[in-house]
Amino acid sequence: MESGLIFDIKRYSINDGPGIRVTVFFKGCNLNCTWCHNPESISHKIQKMYAKNKCISCCACVDNCSTFACNLTQDGIITDKNKCNLCGKCAEVCPTTATEISGRTETTTNILNIIQKETVFMDSSEGGVTFSGGEPLLQPKFLFELLDQCGEKNIHRAIDTAGNVKTELLLEAAKKTDLFLYDLKMMNQDLHKKWTGVNNELILHNLKKLSETGSEINIRIPLIVNVNDDEQNIEESAKFISALYGEQKSVNLLPYHNIAQQKYAKLGSVYVTQNLEVPSQNELQRIIAHFDSFGIKAALGG
Amino acid sequence: MFEKINKHTGTPERPAASEGNFSTIKNSGFLPGLNQRIQRLRKLSVDTEPSISIERAIHQTEFYKENYGKYPIPILRAFQFLDHCKRKTIYIGEGELIVGERGPRPKAVPTFPELTCHSVEDLHVLNTRDMQRYKVEENDIKTYEKEIIPFWQGKTQRERIFNNVPEKWRLAYEAGLFTEFMEQRAPGHTALDGKIYKKGMNDFKREIAEHLSKLDYLNDPEATDKADELNAMSIACDAAIIFANRHADYAEELSKKENNQQRKIELGKIADVCRWVPANAPRNFWEAIQMYWFVHLGTITELNGWDAMNPGHFDQHLEPFYKKEVAEGKISKDEAKELLSCFWIKVNNHPAPPKVGITAKESGTYNDFTNINIGGLKPDGTDAVSEVSFLLLEVIEELHILQPGNSVHISSKTPDNFLHAAARVIRQGHGYPSLFNPDVYIQELLVQGKSLQDAREGGCSGCIEVGAFGKEAYILTGYLNVPKILEITLNNGIDPVTNKKVSIETGDPRTFANYETFYSAFIKQLNYIVELKIKVSNYIDRMFAKYTPAPFLSIVIEDCIKKGKDYYDGGPRYNTNYIQCTGLGTVTDSFAAIKKHVFENKTFQMDKILQAVKNNFEGDEPLRQTIINKTPFWGNDDAYADEIAVRVYNDLLRAIDGKPNIKGEMFHLNMLSTTCHIYFGKILGATPNGRLAGKSISDGTSPSHGADTHGPSSVIKSLAKLDQTKSGGTLLNLRFLPSLLKKDEDIKKLGKLIRSYFSLGGHHVQFNIVDTATLLAAQETPEDYKDLLVRMAGYSDYFNDMNADLQQEVIERTENDSF
Repeated sequence: MESGLIFDIKRYSINDGPGIRVTVFFKGCNLNCTWCHNPESISHKIQKMYAKNKCISCCACVDNCSTFACNLTQDGIITDKNKCNLCGKCAEVCPTTATEISGRTETTTNILNIIQKETVFMDSSEGGVTFSGGEPLLQPKFLFELLDQCGEKNIHRAIDTAGNVKTELLLEAAKKTDLFLYDLKMMNQDLHKKWTGVNNELILHNLKKLSETGSEINIRIPLIVNVNDDEQNIEESAKFISALYGEQKSVNLLPYHNIAQQKYAKLGSVYVTQNLEVPSQNELQRIIAHFDSFGIKAALGG
Repeated sequence: MFEKINKHTGTPERPAASEGNFSTIKNSGFLPGLNQRIQRLRKLSVDTEPSISIERAIHQTEFYKENYGKYPIPILRAFQFLDHCKRKTIYIGEGELIVGERGPRPKAVPTFPELTCHSVEDLHVLNTRDMQRYKVEENDIKTYEKEIIPFWQGKTQRERIFNNVPEKWRLAYEAGLFTEFMEQRAPGHTALDGKIYKKGMNDFKREIAEHLSKLDYLNDPEATDKADELNAMSIACDAAIIFANRHADYAEELSKKENNQQRKIELGKIADVCRWVPANAPRNFWEAIQMYWFVHLGTITELNGWDAMNPGHFDQHLEPFYKKEVAEGKISKDEAKELLSCFWIKVNNHPAPPKVGITAKESGTYNDFTNINIGGLKPDGTDAVSEVSFLLLEVIEELHILQPGNSVHISSKTPDNFLHAAARVIRQGHGYPSLFNPDVYIQELLVQGKSLQDAREGGCSGCIEVGAFGKEAYILTGYLNVPKILEITLNNGIDPVTNKKVSIETGDPRTFANYETFYSAFIKQLNYIVELKIKVSNYIDRMFAKYTPAPFLSIVIEDCIKKGKDYYDGGPRYNTNYIQCTGLGTVTDSFAAIKKHVFENKTFQMDKILQAVKNNFEGDEPLRQTIINKTPFWGNDDAYADEIAVRVYNDLLRAIDGKPNIKGEMFHLNMLSTTCHIYFGKILGATPNGRLAGKSISDGTSPSHGADTHGPSSVIKSLAKLDQTKSGGTLLNLRFLPSLLKKDEDIKKLGKLIRSYFSLGGHHVQFNIVDTATLLAAQETPEDYKDLLVRMAGYSDYFNDMNADLQQEVIERTENDSF
């Protein structure tokens, strides 16, 4: 039995594929998008998260830390990362969940049990499970076993991927997956590198290959003002999508939202995206019309 | 720094001026309602402040002074009803199509001194209190003091009750272990079947005469009593006919004076309608609605029964009239909607009779809980959704007023388009319609012994209680404060709030060796309290049967005529008493906290929890936070907590279900709370689940506020573990942010969520689409709102977990409805 590192499982997910779904969030990603709204999903390791607004300064963490890494300061609890061995005791004793450990190792069996709690809703709504992240394809053995097990139970399977993985892996996954939610961030290589930390060559190549398998793919484009909402990027994206194998082309536009601020603070990271802007309704309508001119149906939201 | 929470808000209570006005007129400028007539009538209804009319009290007093002792009680009651119908002020407002008011004008509420005679102080309080104010004229208070109060002092039903209850009962009642519905209002909670659309009062009179002629004075020792009751019913039929005819006369009089030609014709039509119904069975859509309205008015004028009156499956009753007249080209859709709107506004013109004392605290609302059932199943078991069902939904959406309440009934046979139409009304965020599952409540009625036909004609009235419409007296006797029972268990029979011994001794919890000993002490307390309540309840039932029978109501409830018995005296085909248990979530979570932390993990000792609870967790915030965050709570599809809830539920059933009532039938369990969970919370100290003293307890069978942190599907899975067919109703409130219902696709998913719950055996669910006020409250007391989900593609979070700026953004976007 495989096990893997996840950071969350959400039930009644209604924006990650058809019907009512369970979304399993894998931990670890090989992109580092500036606008990422799940910053805790990037690291491949467990991480300590701390929410100052929930802390009652009871010092249970300080008192129970075996490596003396936790200290109460004017800014709340500060953890000395050099001393912390991520044993998790602080989160265990924290009464308020101000301190939490993001990431836990789960077996496929445990995850399947949780997914199956939602069976009645998945059945009635033609929903299923979505493996998201992070990048689920970075834990292939774990993912494939889950896909197989869900397949045996006739549970509809979706993978939410950024596509920056070995082509063979993706094509192997395609044999066990009913739907891909495939992120297409931007077409320009240099900009892609600038905003996500990686080149988009493999991502585009994989999307092309994947489409050739006849897999069902929902292309998802996060839209951020002055990052990828320009005419040129939309034009190039539309051209690329039109050229893909398949007849009915559609994209889901996910307007950027700055909702993840709190998560950055909890991780002790600097939230560099505060200058990013949410696209306006007019802007979104313009982009939808642009895709439409290529015969691509663009819809807002997941 | 996490702010310590000292204040509690509970469920926000609406100030008098704003209740009943859900209209949110922003930029559009136009008023809610189909056309100008409806807009005007609606505005008048919403803007008029509830007031007290003493007209009924004067008539009642004069009649009793002159006639008490002359007649047997049922006949006295009927003659008094007749006298009032002959004398009361008739009101026909400008533009009205459906006519009749209980008082002399809209929103004027009569008093019922034979049940509770308001004191001068009561009337002053009603006139000046902030919440649920009723305007009382100073002159009327003087008249009350001089004429009404002296006559009724010592003779009211309320005094008959309170002068005779055992001291033990009084102690428990005053401690807030339970409430007593019938201490100032008559038993009601009833709904009608379709008989009044097929029979008029003249038909009923013929039936009554027939049964009178068949009475066997030789062999039936009750024949004389039956004759009195039947004669009383016959007099009550006359009263209703006279009341309607007086409206006809007045309409004709107005018509003569009327210059506007169109209104002249309308008044003539009103006169025709009132001459025909309720004397005869209605012949068309208009008459059908007016027929019901006269029966409704008769019932709520005769006595002040709980939950007013209820047409039951209104769409099913009206559909044949609508279909016929549409086919004949006699009525258009808009004309039908106009009449329905007029009726809706009529119901809104009738706030609940003003309550005093504890009952005012537990039921602080103008709502009188008429609950119109829409959709569902027909008596033959087929789907009942018709064009009229959709019309009713349209009226609800257009008018959005407080009353009447409404619910949609979704069986496995109900089409999706109806469910989705209802969901779109729910999305408006007024908290209705609520949703019921006929597939389950029909089973509930069958379990109680109703015939299949009668069960299918049944539905849900008032809040969520199930009944065989038109054939059953299902009397809600009062709420049971289950968390309070736990509190006295923790204090060995003493109420820690008042330090009085209010119950039996079941041992000092510090001496309990294990969880089972603790739990069995709770069961002992539960059984003691339930029996205490039932004994007095049975006594009160007899008081109503003896002193305030309801001959008019008895006419329209099946088998009262046949049996020659009153609605309160076992006349109906079925006679059920309910005890409504509240706070399942609070109790479950408290048990889970003690089981896990005291007996299993030994995180704290019993003494520590008892001390913390006693001190309202002051100085024990880490302990409280540990309980809140590290205990399995009800509503998360978590076996640990859910097993406790199921056990408590089954033990409530064992304690209540099957206990005999005075009508040869029995008590059953109900799980509703209406607004009582707020009152119960106010007289309850802190509880072991981390709830602070004075905060509301959980409502119905819902999770405690903020205890469910895994989304609505998990809540539903937990609730589905209760065998809901064994109670007379469960209640589930779910809170949704508007963003979860933004797209049409989301509406469909909500539909599937509802279908899933109902397929798992759910009785009722209601969605509160949270508004700005709620979100602001969530910022104040985040722990109560841990259930508010924010869902986005590839991301999910809780409102509670977002920082203040983002919460602000969600709030602003909620206002603009674009999140």
